[in-house]
Amino acid sequence: MGTSARAPHIVGIGQSAYTRWGGIQDRSQFQITAEAIVAAARDAGLPVSAIDGLTSFSNDSNEGPVMQAALGIPELRWSAMVWGGGGGGSCGAVSLACAAIESGQAEVVVAYRGLCQGQGRRYGRAAPTRTHGNFIAPYGLFAPPQMLALMVQRFMHLYPITEDHLAEIALSFRANANRNPLAVMGDRTLTKEQYLASRWIAEPLRLYDCCLETDGAAAVLITTAERARDLVQQRVEVLASAHGSGAGWSTGPLGSQNMPNDTYASTNNRRLAKELFARAGLTPDDIDVAQIYDHFSGMVLMALEDFGFCGPGESGDFVAEGNIRHDGGKLPLNTSGGQLSEAYVHGVNLIIEGVRQLRGTSTAQVADARTCLVTGGLGVAPTSAILLGRN
Amino acid sequence: MTDPANVLPLPTPNAESQAFWDACTDGRLTFARCTACDAVQFPPQKSCTACGGETGEASEASGQGTVFTFTINHRAPGPAFAERAPYVIALIDLAEGPRLMMNVINCAPEDVTIGMPVRICFEPRGDMALPQAEPA
Repeated sequence: MGTSARAPHIVGIGQSAYTRWGGIQDRSQFQITAEAIVAAARDAGLPVSAIDGLTSFSNDSNEGPVMQAALGIPELRWSAMVWGGGGGGSCGAVSLACAAIESGQAEVVVAYRGLCQGQGRRYGRAAPTRTHGNFIAPYGLFAPPQMLALMVQRFMHLYPITEDHLAEIALSFRANANRNPLAVMGDRTLTKEQYLASRWIAEPLRLYDCCLETDGAAAVLITTAERARDLVQQRVEVLASAHGSGAGWSTGPLGSQNMPNDTYASTNNRRLAKELFARAGLTPDDIDVAQIYDHFSGMVLMALEDFGFCGPGESGDFVAEGNIRHDGGKLPLNTSGGQLSEAYVHGVNLIIEGVRQLRGTSTAQVADARTCLVTGGLGVAPTSAILLGRN
Repeated sequence: MTDPANVLPLPTPNAESQAFWDACTDGRLTFARCTACDAVQFPPQKSCTACGGETGEASEASGQGTVFTFTINHRAPGPAFAERAPYVIALIDLAEGPRLMMNVINCAPEDVTIGMPVRICFEPRGDMALPQAEPA
């Protein structure tokens, strides 16, 4: 595929240590986020001063212009964030970076997220809410597991999806984490019996259907094809990126709830997925490995359908056949352990793992992986995704 | 400031939703309708999502609905909800169209199913009242 001089490439990845919730206390969230950005520049073989763009998402409190000063970046040419939606904008932050790179408004952009919930308010505790919150908070709905459980329940009502299929997501991702020394659950195995015996959080979601709560920060550095040629790492091209939302979604399961009936039990990605693949000139069959945003197991099943890896209602059979396993599956998923078992950094850790797969450095490496789909948060608004490729 | 985890939350009406909550406090469920195309507006707003027209006076809803989806929530979001857990959080499709979140009350959580008919009742809270669902 012909690559233009300004085609965006990920050439650096950086992260903090990932710990369990509250595990990072000797540094602020802002500090570890800054360190992840520095690590991404070092990985790329670039000085931090070369960075001229910063992007984030999910109302990240580690503001770009403050970060610029803290890191001693001389000029900021691109400072942008994707609105709301939990982790929905993770790949959208890359999409914003690509827009700046391709249009010539910036040369070296870092997309990042830092999340130390142990230093702030814990998700799921009652708290003052925004406009739509007035219609949900009085009913005891405050946290993502309950919000997304409503969608998974409807999905399991419409289609032959069972707890065995949810378990397969949790168990296969844990098996991947057990190969990854950076994973918070790296040394903890999980059996089907343990899964089934785990406590309900919000039915049909059990403990192990829900992502971890961790402290950590992660960053990816994006630049032009022209610059990428001279750098140290195997360059990974962003073949296509997209973010957006479908009709009537508003705040979706986080608030407004009145999505159209035919897209309610979906990841809010059907149009986005078609456009993403078309823009890259690829089909789902061309994808070697994928990192799908795993806040909740059932949403990953939905994504397999919405991104076209199987038909509507077929995701249960798809995973039951072993297709998502690292050992022999045709579409290995979340090879670092994902957010269920590696760390919950609102999906930037999934982008990093996508890059590792195409560099050939994953601890659950897919042989000769050349294409990887990474998605942002599912079933929220906006959502986002990127297709990565190695030439 | 009171820790919000320690009290059952009340809605905070704004200019668009005040009429809706006032009616609830009076034990009536009402929806604003577009004066041009009659489309129901929820959450309440002054302009119509369907045609951009202006929203007129609210009309009273029948109070009949069905469970679109639900979850049995086992994790209380703070002390105020602890004695209610496990409780059912559901989305109720009203006969008039909008989908509202409610708790399904006056029945065992395990008896709730998708498609179950419900009727609207009101739970007093503070000096307001919340629409809630119970088996029809």
